[in-house]
Amino acid sequence: MSTKDPSRGLLVSPIRNGTVIDHITAGEALNVLRILGITGSTRECLSIATNVESKRMRKKDIVKIENWELRTEEVDRIALLAPQAKINIIRDYRVVEMKGVEIPKVLKGVVRCPNPGCITNTNEPVESTFEVLPKGLHCLYCDWLIKDDIANHII
Amino acid sequence: MYHIISIRDFERRDLDYLLDRAQEFDTGDYRPGILDDKLVALLFFEPSTRTRMSFATAMARLGGRSISVDSVEASSIVKGETLADTIRVVSGYADAIVLRHPKEGAARLASEFASVPVINAGDGAGQHPSQTLLDLYTIRQSMPIDGIDVGLLGDLRYGRTAHSLALALSLYGVTLHTIAPRGLEMPANIALELRERGMEVVEHPNVEEAIRELDVLYVTRIQRERFPDSASYYNVASSYRITADLLAAVKDHLMILHPLPRAGEIDPAVDRTPYARYFEQARNGVPIRMALLHEVMK
Ligand SMILES: Nc1ncnc2c1ncn2[C@@H]1O[C@H](COP(=O)(O)OP(=O)(O)OP(=O)(O)O)[C@@H](O)[C@H]1O
Ligand SMILES: [Mg+2]
Ligand SMILES: [Zn+2]
Repeated sequence: MSTKDPSRGLLVSPIRNGTVIDHITAGEALNVLRILGITGSTRECLSIATNVESKRMRKKDIVKIENWELRTEEVDRIALLAPQAKINIIRDYRVVEMKGVEIPKVLKGVVRCPNPGCITNTNEPVESTFEVLPKGLHCLYCDWLIKDDIANHII
Repeated sequence: MYHIISIRDFERRDLDYLLDRAQEFDTGDYRPGILDDKLVALLFFEPSTRTRMSFATAMARLGGRSISVDSVEASSIVKGETLADTIRVVSGYADAIVLRHPKEGAARLASEFASVPVINAGDGAGQHPSQTLLDLYTIRQSMPIDGIDVGLLGDLRYGRTAHSLALALSLYGVTLHTIAPRGLEMPANIALELRERGMEVVEHPNVEEAIRELDVLYVTRIQRERFPDSASYYNVASSYRITADLLAAVKDHLMILHPLPRAGEIDPAVDRTPYARYFEQARNGVPIRMALLHEVMK
């Protein structure tokens, strides 16, 4: 699948089965790990590369995790941080599937509303719900608009 | 099922329809006792004498009855019940729920758990659609709303009535003039949203500069809590106060509105001028709420 110069090959040892999240916005790899709930105590083989050169993006981050499959909610969260990310499923050392990420039109339970007065920040049985607009994320309960620093609001 | 939650949910023709209905109720053009088999629950988790009384009045005028929670202390929220549960329970008692709640988005949440229509009577700093409708109704009694110049004066940062009125007016080709003390200006998000809706928004440094151009001046409360000390509050409040002198060169048909209660934003001497229309505005809460109650329960 790859025809690249071997001198620019894998920075780390290949994984047999797992997931490679490639083309992550430079600097967001650690946030991606946070979303996946991966901490220092993980037992799987995990490698992270940040600010590596990329033809397509100048600089990018990559996260490779052995024996891991992403759930849809995790993909939605990653899309918010790194809209250009590519998810590669590795089986038997080979990329068997490669897919982009897509920000859904409505985010449920993904982002915490920054408005302390919002009903979604109470003990009510309700999930935060944001509609994704070109100008930002709009809370469908209190009308708050999150314009930047979206990573900090991801649950 | 029809809920009344936010002015954002309405298109122009929905607003016009409700204003027309309110006018019919206002002129007595309806069957007496039209809701005599209906019961509305007034759930007020925050003090509000006026809004609550005007909903109760509207319901009584339609021949229907109201039940209500007497005070927040006596209610189940102190016992830790969620609003969602309260709403599910009360849905079993009444034909509609009118809700006032301190949290923004509470009415939206209530509408998701209710099995009867919900009318938002104010959710925290959020929406209060019946207020906006009565504001529009009051304007429309005197002039067509299309294309007029409306000034919003006072706390445009936290003032929900001002935001929601501005959103509604953006459907009528109105030019909006904003006049706010420093620190209480309209939030950039709202101004952006208004402009995206095609509204012209003009900021003014003071009332004197703006008032001559206006057809409507909407004054809102400037709350003392927003200021670090009472000296700075009095300072600002006095420079934004509407006095009879300010009205020397205004348009003849200028209407001054205020959601009431007022603190000191309008000098009582203004009450005697033909421009003062805020008591009429308050009275219009009844036909508007009759129209809303009837609409959701008919
Ligand atoms: N067995 C493996 N173990 C670890 N990483 C792998 C493995 N196979 C591929 N990768 C990584 O997965 C990503 C995609 O690899 P691949 O060579 O298939 O595509 P590519 O041509 O680099 O794709 P793109 O066009 O997305 O850059 C790269 O970051 C690559 O290093
Ligand atoms: Mg590549
Ligand atoms: Zn919110």
